Amino acid sequence: MKKQPAIGVETLHMTMRFGNFTALDDVSINITPGSFHALLGENGAGKSTLVKCMMGFYQPTEGQMMVQGHEVSIPDPKAAHAHGLGMVYQHFTLVPSLTAAENLVIAREDAPHRIDWKKERKALDAFMATMPFNVPLDQPVNRLAAGEKQKLELLKQLYLGRHFLILDEPTSVLTPDEATELLGMVRDLTQSGALTCLMITHKFREVTAFADEVSILRRGKHVGGGKVSDLTTDEMAALMIGDKSFARKADRSGVRGDCVLSVQNAVAPDRSGLKSIQIDDLKVAAGEVVGIAGISGNGQMELLETLTGQRPLQSGTVTVKSEPFHATRSEARNQKVRYVPEEPLHNANAPKMSVLNNLMFRNFDNKADGFGLWLNKRKMASRAADLVDAFNVKMASLESPIASLSGGNVQRATLARELSDEVDLLIISNPCFGLDFSAVADIRARIMAARNSGAAVLLISEDLDEILELSDRVLVMSEGRISYETPIETADIGVIGGHMAGHA
Amino acid sequence: MTDAAKTMAGPAPIKGSNSSVMEVWGHKAEAFLLPFGALLAGLAAFSVFLLFVGKSPVEFYSLVYKAGFGTAFSWNNTLSRTAPLLLAALCVAIPARLGLVVIGGEGAIVLGGVAAGAFGMFLPGLPGFMGIVGMFLCGALTGALWIGAVGAMRFKRGVNETISSLLMAYIAIALMNHLVEGPFRDPASLNKPSTAPLGETYRIGNIPGLDVHWGLAIGIIACIAMWVLIERTTWGFAARIVGGNIRAAQVQGLPVGLLMVGFCASAGAFAGIAGMMEVAAVHGTANGSLASGYGYAGILIAFLARHNMIAIIPVGILLAGFEASSGLIQRRMDLPDATILVLQGFVFVAILLSETLTGRFKLFQPHIGDRS
Repeated sequence: MKKQPAIGVETLHMTMRFGNFTALDDVSINITPGSFHALLGENGAGKSTLVKCMMGFYQPTEGQMMVQGHEVSIPDPKAAHAHGLGMVYQHFTLVPSLTAAENLVIAREDAPHRIDWKKERKALDAFMATMPFNVPLDQPVNRLAAGEKQKLELLKQLYLGRHFLILDEPTSVLTPDEATELLGMVRDLTQSGALTCLMITHKFREVTAFADEVSILRRGKHVGGGKVSDLTTDEMAALMIGDKSFARKADRSGVRGDCVLSVQNAVAPDRSGLKSIQIDDLKVAAGEVVGIAGISGNGQMELLETLTGQRPLQSGTVTVKSEPFHATRSEARNQKVRYVPEEPLHNANAPKMSVLNNLMFRNFDNKADGFGLWLNKRKMASRAADLVDAFNVKMASLESPIASLSGGNVQRATLARELSDEVDLLIISNPCFGLDFSAVADIRARIMAARNSGAAVLLISEDLDEILELSDRVLVMSEGRISYETPIETADIGVIGGHMAGHA
Repeated sequence: MTDAAKTMAGPAPIKGSNSSVMEVWGHKAEAFLLPFGALLAGLAAFSVFLLFVGKSPVEFYSLVYKAGFGTAFSWNNTLSRTAPLLLAALCVAIPARLGLVVIGGEGAIVLGGVAAGAFGMFLPGLPGFMGIVGMFLCGALTGALWIGAVGAMRFKRGVNETISSLLMAYIAIALMNHLVEGPFRDPASLNKPSTAPLGETYRIGNIPGLDVHWGLAIGIIACIAMWVLIERTTWGFAARIVGGNIRAAQVQGLPVGLLMVGFCASAGAFAGIAGMMEVAAVHGTANGSLASGYGYAGILIAFLARHNMIAIIPVGILLAGFEASSGLIQRRMDLPDATILVLQGFVFVAILLSETLTGRFKLFQPHIGDRS
């Protein structure tokens, strides 16, 4: 590999408008060679727009890009690559069935039609020798752990000769240990002068622990930044959030009641059909939040599906308040059980139907609520309007398709539907995935309010911070089983992380 | 759309405001104008086709008008052909509202007709309306079982309903041929194997004052009834949730399987009734003429009507007019009668293309600018 030093990139007065909406407003950011620069901002602050302009996915309405002090034009991602700019995405872009070596070679723009593997292998080994870390080259990528895949993504960019990397929330699918390791590697590379890095993130811990400099965007504007060492977390949060006020996190109150949900010796096939998930003993009592932590793909989805009746049990029982529970509509209604699956737009709503209709999915046929065989449109409309007010859902009109709402508002609408009326058991999965800061605070407060008024809450989440913030008891799910349990008082991040990674 | 554009919160919601009304009318206008535009585009493309074969599009469309809608006689002809088309279109439109693309209504029509014919043959001489009622139920039940099976296979085993219904239509036609040429054959039917002719009390007559049989009334009533069921009842709403997102329906605990099989069966019942009407009102006996393509024309009508049961009525009449004109076109313009199929093909492709344009026109999206 050519020893090319890290490159610096600067944006000057970058502005991006979509129609009459300004996504990016006069943003000038200087990322000096060899720095590890964090880009902080809520969802929708313009971070993605900015990096997409830098990578040539978008053409900025105004403004210039400077690479190594020279003005350049980046009409498309290829041009960005030619200047040595690369990007690592939140989700993997590797071919799962190919080996790491194959993935690296085919990613090259000059990959030959007929690949001389002996020669390539030699070149790869030489390349790997210059790298501070390693991944197994001969394993198919689908056998690698998430952390190794992300390392391979990083290696791929270096292999392709990129010296300026944009990392888009690179740790969202990693365990805390894996994240620490990956970001440590990136920092070593930047400190050695081989790489400049711009990292999009939501996590202050990553900024303070790894980044040299930070830029903060809010509503498309560059509102501040500087050396990380000069800023406190509170100052960064204040810049990021601005003068918005949040729904304050509800305090814990009430007493733990009787057991509501009980899963005993439940066995169900997993997604692949090759393995099974097995829940020996899971209980959730009234007035408590039981958080199930775990890295995605360890059986959480299957657990949720068995509880929502989408995946039949091979054996074992699910009971709610000591009654057998099969998740039929009448059982869920009588026992006051509610579900909020992850990505509610695609799993709990009909995207093309109106907000109004989506809000009424749970109650449109509820006789106890005064609905009968005939669809009572007037009553539905007034009920939906009340829900929208109570849960502060923002949209153009009740008749807009729910797909036109932002993620936070879709989740607010879903919670409005599921948390209205009395709730005895709430089963909720990754409620804040991909949502912005203020929506997250709002939605977590709603969950806590349900708990404090006596609901049993089963929270399945890949976000450990969320689990630790909300749970009364923390469980870890790994390889289809519940491998660890602790009350929140004695929860320790290191121990939980170890169990999440499956080595503890 | 960028996430930036998504998150900028719009103004607070306004209950039942102008924006709601505009949104509703925007969707309604789009739902009408897109398929209407596609129909015009299809007709225009067909005109080009006519010019290529050296015929005048002007003459063609004026003949269609004359033969389909020009005179009282042509209206009678058109409306007689409308009845089975409406019922066949329902067989497509009802499953479509649950997200299922069922295109094998022809099979249910054919078997419904055979079942009705067999009923009339083996149970002749029932008093009063009993014969007609019996044939009606036989046709409906057979169609319901046939398309209900398509829904059940889809729900239980994940069998693609489009393929299975299409292939089952071929099975149905083969079955019909076997039955009318074998066990159900009237020995007196020599040239064209058929069931025995129906008795006088088993025949369905014309609507008073029209030269159109009662099937038209049945078809229109069926369309209106299904519109009410789908749009105005909680059952229909549940079905639409299934069509909107089957996972959401499951999470809500709705009886997805029951809804799928039930609505597919009702769709099949209407197609079966169409077959029964052909037997009781048109042919007077069940034979190979039952497989005359009404089931396939129904697909085009349902898509043109965007699976709206009320819209099926005018669209069905329009398409029936095209079909009614094929004889005249054949004689006057020296074009084969398959010309109408070419026209239907052009329109269908235009309709499918227009579906991809949904949501692309700002005119119909009053709030695209301030989406929150």
